[in-house]
Amino acid sequence: MSTAAMEEQQETGQAQAPLLEVRDLVKEFPVRGGGIIPRTVGTVQAVSGISLQIGQGETLGLVGESGCGKSTTGRAILQLQKPTSGSVRFKGRELTTLRATELRPIRRDMQIVFQDPYASLNPKWPVNDIISEPLQIHGATAGGATGTVQQQVNELMELVGLNPEHRNRYPHEFSGGQRQRIGIARALALRPKLIVLDEPVSALDVSVQAGVVNLLEELQEQRGLAYLFVAHDLSVVRHISDRVAVMYLGKIVETGTREDIYKHATHPYTQALLSAVPVPDPKQERERQRNRIVLTGDVPSPTNPPSGCRFRTRCWKAQDICAVEEPPLIRHGKTISACHFAEELQRS
Amino acid sequence: MTGAAERAETLLNVEDLCVDFPTEDGVVGAVRGVSFSLRRGEVLGVVGESGSGKSVSSMAIMGLLPRTAKVTGSINYAGDELANLSYRQMQHYRNNEIAMIFQDPMTSLNPVFTIGWQLSEAYRAHHSVSKKAAWAKAVESLELVGIPQPDRRARQYPHEFSGGMRQRAIIAMSIINDPQLIIADEPTTALDVTVQAQILETLLRIRDETAAAVIMITHDLGVVAGMVDRVQVMYGGTVVESGGVDQVFDEPRMPYTMGLLGSVPNPNLLGTRLTPITGAPPSLMHLPAGCSFSPRCPLVIDDCHEAEPELAETDSAGHTARCIRWRELLEVSKPQEVFISQQLGIVEDPAVLLAENPELAEAEHIASMSEHAGQGTTEGTGRQ
Repeated sequence: MSTAAMEEQQETGQAQAPLLEVRDLVKEFPVRGGGIIPRTVGTVQAVSGISLQIGQGETLGLVGESGCGKSTTGRAILQLQKPTSGSVRFKGRELTTLRATELRPIRRDMQIVFQDPYASLNPKWPVNDIISEPLQIHGATAGGATGTVQQQVNELMELVGLNPEHRNRYPHEFSGGQRQRIGIARALALRPKLIVLDEPVSALDVSVQAGVVNLLEELQEQRGLAYLFVAHDLSVVRHISDRVAVMYLGKIVETGTREDIYKHATHPYTQALLSAVPVPDPKQERERQRNRIVLTGDVPSPTNPPSGCRFRTRCWKAQDICAVEEPPLIRHGKTISACHFAEELQRS
Repeated sequence: MTGAAERAETLLNVEDLCVDFPTEDGVVGAVRGVSFSLRRGEVLGVVGESGSGKSVSSMAIMGLLPRTAKVTGSINYAGDELANLSYRQMQHYRNNEIAMIFQDPMTSLNPVFTIGWQLSEAYRAHHSVSKKAAWAKAVESLELVGIPQPDRRARQYPHEFSGGMRQRAIIAMSIINDPQLIIADEPTTALDVTVQAQILETLLRIRDETAAAVIMITHDLGVVAGMVDRVQVMYGGTVVESGGVDQVFDEPRMPYTMGLLGSVPNPNLLGTRLTPITGAPPSLMHLPAGCSFSPRCPLVIDDCHEAEPELAETDSAGHTARCIRWRELLEVSKPQEVFISQQLGIVEDPAVLLAENPELAEAEHIASMSEHAGQGTTEGTGRQ
């Protein structure tokens, strides 16, 4: 695991310590039985030992299907859910051992944008209060900002493409795309270094989605933000990420630069995932349909993951060794992947 | 549609279909003047964002709308008029002639009956056969959609099936009576990509094996690209462009379609900015004057606000668009040439989108209030 992490560090081309460094992160949830006294009858390992790094101003895309633990990873990194074990270092400081009061000043630099813009804004608060809340908590000059709270709210609203005159309106008066912009403005208020974007566009209509994606890209260029972009939509991730990590059942199965993941994937799951995405181009799509890798079955339950390689139950390359020995996450070709039979797909 | 042979080929002919929902705040024109025809064995893709009327029009064909809905126009299915048939009269057609696959596989199955029971019930509703024969038919149908061990699976309940399996069971139920027309309403939206690939493959196989016509309703342009023969793009309750799949994707003749294609990240356009359409889809209660896309359109001119353009033939046969400026798009090869892609600092004013009369600032504000209130609820229900 550590060799892979080191290699990854070389890949990002950074001599100094990365902005965020996650090592062997594990998050377990207890499963409680029914009955009058709920007893813990087992655990679900939503995230089982993942390691990743994000450099300054970099976007890491974290993709996977529902239930693979990608959102939990994002939340565990921010300490919104305490990780069971493992280490999360942000700007060189270990976060997992900090108390809540010690964490507060650090939270300024790490923000999150949630998936559902309908549920993540308080319906009883006008937009002004929603966006200024972080400034009220941390102080108007937090993060080196200037101006009064009111000035900053106006600036933030303009920055994300909202009319500051609408600051006294309530969330229900805005459309889905505009609400997501409010969420982004709130996350930007304290000038953070890292934003975890938890499926920020998947609840939006296609034509509105593109606007939010562009906004995120431009904000990154302007402010040097680092993003952890969590999503299930591979085409959006491909568009926005510098590096991509593919998750399956709580583990990273493959990681590499965007180019390498999308063109030279070596893990069968990544290959299947990429081949399953329909492309909005009829000619290309007909071609792809002929060569499509269609996996059988569904993702197994994380309460009882398969032994050895977790993907083996759906893998067409699976052999006896896959059930016995868990493949290490090591370099195969251009990417780092966890498969005994990792190989680039032969294009016919 | 001129020759008699061609008329016999036509399975479904929808003429000027309108669906209105009277509400306390006014009439919502969910579907406005939709006309299309579908040949036997043809696959039609209906694309649109939430609130574009794509689901409501298919519900009208199935006769599944609530009684409050006012349906006008003609729905001609193989010579029979379906518009305004009573619930009982529609029963003969439902599932027997026209079957529907819904988006959410969990809510469209009854949790307290086994899969096999539900499938054989669907079969017995239209065939007077013994329970045993119907069960055998159910198992056969499950096998057809690729469910392993169908005889054992038929005895299980929906909760024992995974999401993809449930959607297969729904497809099995929809084909059990050999319908001539299958309407699939966002059949893969609730599923993961790898499972979506399985379901789409199943649907394609079913299409080839049963020779049924398929109406594929989706917001995913990728799904449409690979599956359908013809595409119909819907916006603001009506069809704004229609044509062969290659025509519409390669040479869109309606700015909305072009914007939609530019909004989807495409591997061929890597490294460039996406071209979003500014603003939000219109409220069906307060449609803008003239062309419903005009407030968001980069090519808008004064004439666009005058009257809603007709769905007229463009430069190639069978390719129609509802735009008076489609000729402007002949020279355009990339959406970037028409749509602005920079976002930062550009403030979009939601009120502008609905201003029917910009002079009346007060009225505009009230309109925008109800617009956004309405939109919140319709959009909220449209997604999972």
